[in-house]
Amino acid sequence: MNLYEMSATKLSKMIKSKEISALELTNSIFSRINSVEPKIQSYVTLCEEDAIKTAKLVDEKISKGEKTSPLAGIPIGIKDNICTKNILTTCSSKMLHNFIPPYDATVIKKLKNANAVITGKLNMDEFAMGSSTETSYFKTTTNPYNTNCVPGGSSGGSAASVAAGEAIMSLGSDTGGSIRQPASYCGVVGLKPTYGSISRYGLIAFASSLDQIGPITKSVDDSALLYSIISGQDPLDATSRKVNHIDWDYNFSDISMIKGLKIAVPEEYFSDQIDDDIKEAVFNVIKMLEKNGAKISKISLPSTPHALSAYYIISSAEASSNLARYDGVHYGYRSENYSTLTEMYENTRTEGFGNEVKARIMLGTYILSSGYYDTYYKRAKLLQSKIISEFQETFKEYDVILTPTVPTPPFPIGAEINDATKMHSNDMNTVASNISGIPAISLPCCLNKDALPIGFQLMCNHFEEEKLFKIAKCCELLIGNIKLPNI
Amino acid sequence: MSNKYDLVVGLEIHAELSTNSKIYCSCKNEFGLEVNSVCCPVCTGMPGTLPTLNKKVVEYAIKMGLATNCKINQISKQDRKNYFYPDLPKAYQISQSDIPLCENGYLDILLENSKTKRIGITRIHIEEDAGKLLKTDKFDVTLIDFNRCGVPLIEIVSEPDIRSIEEAKAYLETIKSYLTYLNISDAKMQEGSIRCDVNVSVKPKSEKNLGTRCEMKNVNTFSGALKAIEYEYQRQIDILESGGTIKQETRKWDEKSSKTIAIRSKENAQDYRYFPEPDLRNISVDDKTIQKIFSEIPEMPNHKAIRYINNFKLPQADAKLIANHIQRATLFEKTYELNKNLDVKMIANWILTTISEQVNKTSKNYLEVITPENLSKIISYIQNGHISTSSGKKIFKQIVSDNSKSIDQLIKDLGLEQISNADELENIVIKVLKENEKSINDYKNGKTNAFGYLVGQCMKATKGKGNPSIIKDTIKKHI
Repeated sequence: MNLYEMSATKLSKMIKSKEISALELTNSIFSRINSVEPKIQSYVTLCEEDAIKTAKLVDEKISKGEKTSPLAGIPIGIKDNICTKNILTTCSSKMLHNFIPPYDATVIKKLKNANAVITGKLNMDEFAMGSSTETSYFKTTTNPYNTNCVPGGSSGGSAASVAAGEAIMSLGSDTGGSIRQPASYCGVVGLKPTYGSISRYGLIAFASSLDQIGPITKSVDDSALLYSIISGQDPLDATSRKVNHIDWDYNFSDISMIKGLKIAVPEEYFSDQIDDDIKEAVFNVIKMLEKNGAKISKISLPSTPHALSAYYIISSAEASSNLARYDGVHYGYRSENYSTLTEMYENTRTEGFGNEVKARIMLGTYILSSGYYDTYYKRAKLLQSKIISEFQETFKEYDVILTPTVPTPPFPIGAEINDATKMHSNDMNTVASNISGIPAISLPCCLNKDALPIGFQLMCNHFEEEKLFKIAKCCELLIGNIKLPNI
Repeated sequence: MSNKYDLVVGLEIHAELSTNSKIYCSCKNEFGLEVNSVCCPVCTGMPGTLPTLNKKVVEYAIKMGLATNCKINQISKQDRKNYFYPDLPKAYQISQSDIPLCENGYLDILLENSKTKRIGITRIHIEEDAGKLLKTDKFDVTLIDFNRCGVPLIEIVSEPDIRSIEEAKAYLETIKSYLTYLNISDAKMQEGSIRCDVNVSVKPKSEKNLGTRCEMKNVNTFSGALKAIEYEYQRQIDILESGGTIKQETRKWDEKSSKTIAIRSKENAQDYRYFPEPDLRNISVDDKTIQKIFSEIPEMPNHKAIRYINNFKLPQADAKLIANHIQRATLFEKTYELNKNLDVKMIANWILTTISEQVNKTSKNYLEVITPENLSKIISYIQNGHISTSSGKKIFKQIVSDNSKSIDQLIKDLGLEQISNADELENIVIKVLKENEKSINDYKNGKTNAFGYLVGQCMKATKGKGNPSIIKDTIKKHI
């Protein structure tokens, strides 16, 4: 097995025991990047020099016998909407093509404190709006399982890089499914943590009340590892909350907890819009769990079909305000073609944003306009409380909700970019957890007949990440690893 | 004022709070520092940054709310007010829209003849200030100073209860005095720490309903606000008199031409697209906190002024001048406290003339210029004839430049002890009268100023130390 194919948990032990050096690992990742990046296109910016420096520092610490974090020396890629001091942070937009933040996001500070090796900045849909990375101003990332297909999005670069061995793990962000959908598409593990459990300080906002940073990894262990390092209340983020420290047992292999586990399977998540292959694959997982003693119950979450509408209203409203600051005055792109202030604003925004972003800004502006606010925003907020209460009721009776992550397998590049409704329906099973703030994880369960990954989703109640990880780990043990992509 | 039309005014006053740090970041909140020296990624609205609320701002706003009898909302909300302007780096201002921190209060203003009038306070909410655009001849561009970005503001919105220029003036002065009393704002107009939006409408006296209003935005001086009200009153009456109707619009007060100019009609009113700020939690304040803040509120200046008028019989103008200024009021009250036999009018006069002049000349404040102890002593010595008024002023000047010596020491050193011994003075008077028989005759023939000459001669003979009233009485006795 090549180093780039291994999990962080395993590599961490190997570095600590000096079986390998952090430098060897970092070099292995960068040589992998050199060989596959032309096909995968997952990075916007590479940080090889700094990565090597950090790796050497870790080796030095270990040779001196200093105590190191389990993340020390682990190569981690960062979605390009998370601010990194002195490193280009573009949101894959022309608008921020030259933006170099003067500060580190809180999660980056935590990674740096842990001496994690930051490999570079990963491609995404522009301002995290999209499900394929095709709205990126720079490039479209491909799916490592089939480079003619999209990797999903918006954290497409984050998922593809991990699946392709261009990073051991990565950080993505998830507003409506942007971690879990690409994780599902690329056959990796993607966690959307509870809203407020990871600081958003330094995450360039799309929809502030829904955005969450989360890990994309090869295994549940790795997900728990990265989550345990980056979670926690941050004085710089007023919406962050105290979280229970996760004391994760990396040797955890006891699937006996499946016995008696109350699993809810909501019918709305298995609608006609879900591909039959996917339904079958997810039912197989359910059967396997049932065989091991889980209690499976079909339930109904009747508001879920409306979650997507609420999501587009709330997220677009917030986006229209969050993205207003890109006006050409202070940083980023500025049109050269203007003679008045208004013209500078208009031309900068016309030229600097792509179509998907512009569509959402216009939608959000309309929604918040006087006379429409009550019709759209207020009703969406009401729907949001309804969705939350449906989940609360469900978790009174059940431990976990199990659903397919996405309705369809990875689609060919170009197939949906001009069909907004189809593209947006990618999020139908993922948005409800953003709307309600609960944690959700996507795990790979198998490859379909076209050798493309299929994922399924587990959701638990607010701040129940540890429980979610345990259930996910059991599933992982039962399912086994899926075949790695052949690039 | 027209006798056919009523003037109706409502004021929105924005006051910068004097907290140590800004409202949503830890940058220093200070005026007059080097351009762009107090700003950070948060207050310059860098992508990815988030606001965190400064608790002091909430405390200060509640203080103003309680002082103006407002109801404090234990849960209030922060909202985004969206608009584009280069001095607003996030392209929205964090403010409060439907649930402000304080609402439904009132304030009593003091009018002529000691009458008071109650002005309703609709609401007080917190918000952040924007940066400042700088236009210089040196460059062909507009520059931005971000130092003011994120400076905390409270907006105090009055009911349309103000009915005259006098009331508007009294209201503005009272608000200003409240801000300084509570020590929550420098309230310096020249530094832009108070600005106001002025809403004016007129209505025929017989009419019950209010007329259509015009709003004048960002008036930067009190005198400008009053002139704008006056101008707008006349403009609106002229329109109505010529058979026209008032259009609801936003206007601008142009200081240069002393006119208001229309800038935006109601149809083109800006839509700020308010919505709840998702980056911040609701503000919640408990009863205990409100009680604690309430206990820190001193007697307010309008109440003080009324007390000075009623208890000390001070003229209203003097009472207001002292009460509206916390240091003057402190000096006044402490001086009196030290010796309740003092003539309060004399204390008031000293504060408003001699001491006030000195304060204006130096950068010192009232209590730095003179202590209540020293002022009390000087006034009591004048009152009991130990020193003359002019000697008192001499001593005051000495103390201002060097307060290391006691008053008694200074009187001795400067030889200012007044001669009040009647026998001693009588001898001097007799001597002077003998030498000035012509003046005595003049006086007797009706030339009243001859008396003053005689007093002057006696003062000269005592080297200025004679007690003038005793001298006067003695002269009268002898001629």
